[in-house]
Amino acid sequence: MNTAIANDTIDTSLIQRDPVKDSAQEAFHKLTETVGTPTVENAKMRSRDVNVFYGEKQAIFDVNLDIGNNEVVAMIGPSGCGKSTFLRCLNRMNDTIPSCKVTGNLSLDGEDLYGADLDPVLLRARVGMVFQKPNPFAKSIYDNVAYGPRIHGLSSNRAELDDIVVDSLRKAGLYDEVKDRLDAPGTSLSGGQQQRLCIARSIAVNPEVILMDEPCSALDPIATARIEELIDELRQNYAIAIVTHSMQQAARVSQRTAYFHLGKLVEVNATNDVFTNPQHELTENYITGRFG
Amino acid sequence: MSATNLLLVTLGLALASFAYGRSRAYSVARLHGGVRSMHSLPSHYGMMVALWCALPALAIIVGWKLFEPAVVSSFLHDYIPQSVYEAGEKSVDLYKNDIGNLVDSHAIADIQDPEKKAAAQQLANLQHTSSLALVVLALAAAIAGASLALKRIKANTRARQNVEKIVHFFLISCASIAILTTLGIVLSVLFESIRFFQEVSIIEFITGTKWSPQTAIRVDQVGSSGSFGAVPLFLGTMLISFIAMVVAVPFGLMSAIYLAEYASRPVRNICKPLLEILAGIPTVVYGFFAALTVAPALRSFGATLGLSVSSESALAAGAVMGIMIIPFVSSLSDDVITAVPQSMRDGSYGLGATKSETIRKVVIPAALPGIVGGILLAVSRAIGETMIVVMAAGLAANLTANPLEAVTTVTVQIVTLLTGDQEFDSAKTLAAFALGLMLFVVTLCLNVIALHVVRKYREQYE
Repeated sequence: MNTAIANDTIDTSLIQRDPVKDSAQEAFHKLTETVGTPTVENAKMRSRDVNVFYGEKQAIFDVNLDIGNNEVVAMIGPSGCGKSTFLRCLNRMNDTIPSCKVTGNLSLDGEDLYGADLDPVLLRARVGMVFQKPNPFAKSIYDNVAYGPRIHGLSSNRAELDDIVVDSLRKAGLYDEVKDRLDAPGTSLSGGQQQRLCIARSIAVNPEVILMDEPCSALDPIATARIEELIDELRQNYAIAIVTHSMQQAARVSQRTAYFHLGKLVEVNATNDVFTNPQHELTENYITGRFG
Repeated sequence: MSATNLLLVTLGLALASFAYGRSRAYSVARLHGGVRSMHSLPSHYGMMVALWCALPALAIIVGWKLFEPAVVSSFLHDYIPQSVYEAGEKSVDLYKNDIGNLVDSHAIADIQDPEKKAAAQQLANLQHTSSLALVVLALAAAIAGASLALKRIKANTRARQNVEKIVHFFLISCASIAILTTLGIVLSVLFESIRFFQEVSIIEFITGTKWSPQTAIRVDQVGSSGSFGAVPLFLGTMLISFIAMVVAVPFGLMSAIYLAEYASRPVRNICKPLLEILAGIPTVVYGFFAALTVAPALRSFGATLGLSVSSESALAAGAVMGIMIIPFVSSLSDDVITAVPQSMRDGSYGLGATKSETIRKVVIPAALPGIVGGILLAVSRAIGETMIVVMAAGLAANLTANPLEAVTTVTVQIVTLLTGDQEFDSAKTLAAFALGLMLFVVTLCLNVIALHVVRKYREQYE
């Protein structure tokens, strides 16, 4: 009896509230439109009003984002914000998850990714992917790189295949380290080398876009620097989208940066602007380290 | 007191000393200011006391029981009549055995022969004294051990290490029992085989192509000369195992791939247990399935094609054995295929590979060591299988590679050699041990090769 009265008389105004969090929450609820410029001229990939559901749960809300030719778009945001989910929509890797449903419009060179006549297998040959954890196959270094060209029939004889393999390993900056042991298993390489092998593997099928899902999160700083250098070189020939937890990495490798928060795309702008002059309160909070 | 009762009493003492030791440790701890001030937990001290109580007593009981018969029988020396000694060592053993049996069945009063009666009485007395002495010694050891250990309950006694060391030795002895048993079986088979090879040359056994183990019992018997060429048996075993693997590997592997990669969760949840039920069917049931259903069906099917299929054929036995082995292959392969990390599949899909390309070129190669291991396990199962072959493949030791004829296997011949009334020193029965030894060597080689292959793949790909 007494306790009930005591509960009623608690003065809630005395509870300390976090002003940053409060205003951020308010800003998030008000968020309907993405701040900045999500679209570009001559975009390689376009996405309009993309929503993604895992069963009942919605993971992505109305995302519009373009990826231009010869540019690196970085996607940043706290864990669980949907950036990886969005990335995996771009080559329909989400198809492997049975409960996943995607609505909205995604296109590559104007071709609808979820259209009836598009074969996801062929799409993935055009939109390659590098994963968070290096995942070389249980094969030799040579066979790892030759895997894609073989299944797509990109070479008619062994010499052509050799050329593709050597060329891809060169582009991935790995050739000099492994040229004497192409027969060694891919798994015998160090973590950083394995990730470069995975990049070489995606380059070998000659994609148009490369998606990278936190490609350096399992690597040490030196290996990370190598990969970042490589990403910058690859930009000359490919459109690249990279998901990263490291804001320094986003700042170093990308031309544009997209900030995701709880499934919404909050802000997209030139990387320099996002990090020096964020437009949205949430973005500012995140890049200044106040949360996330 | 019988040995069983003595053991129970010892265990009871050990339990009591555990409880007492623990409570003693608590009271010692109270003097020193709490359990934390002791080196070990009170239950460790209790365990220490219990082990000190039980182990010496158990050692005495076991040792006593091991040496008691020999010692007692040596005391019996003077009571055995001279005439028995003169008849030789064998009759002395027989005499002692006889007395022992009489004492064990409490029939001393019924003995007519006074000398024998005296000996039996002496034996009974000796056994009585011995068991009394054992009780006294064992209990004394138990109590002495426990009280010694109780004195050692102090704050700085390392009771935990003490107990763990004993547990360590206990585990080692458990492990060595399995190894020693295997060793014992191998040695006994080996020695019986050596006896066999003294009668039949090993060259004939390994290279001979005629198997007809009936030997003449009487000297003047005609016909049953006995020839022990094991080649037809091993060829038969290999033929049937090969047919079984031809059935089991494709079906098992395909069903594993379907279950692991394509089946939806409800289908998988129903199919996998159903498939594993196959492994639970007794092999004798498979045997009459093979003999009564499959073999006649094969025979009539062969007749329509104009082939002559014997009513007991290697094909029928091998096919049914293959069906029996399917769950081994599929269950083990399913496990290793499921264990291939999803990231590897993602990597392949990310390069534009289809599902079947991914399975064929990435998942299966990655799972290969496990699959090979599963298949080799299935092979040794097939080689050792007896019941189906007895019922469906016959006993005729034909030297043939034709799966439509009757053949026999090593295991089946071992069964037929050793069942029924047999004398255990003829070449016929000893041949069973030689066959067993050969089978053991073959499966051992197979396992060694399998391990080697699997390890080689592992080194390369993990």
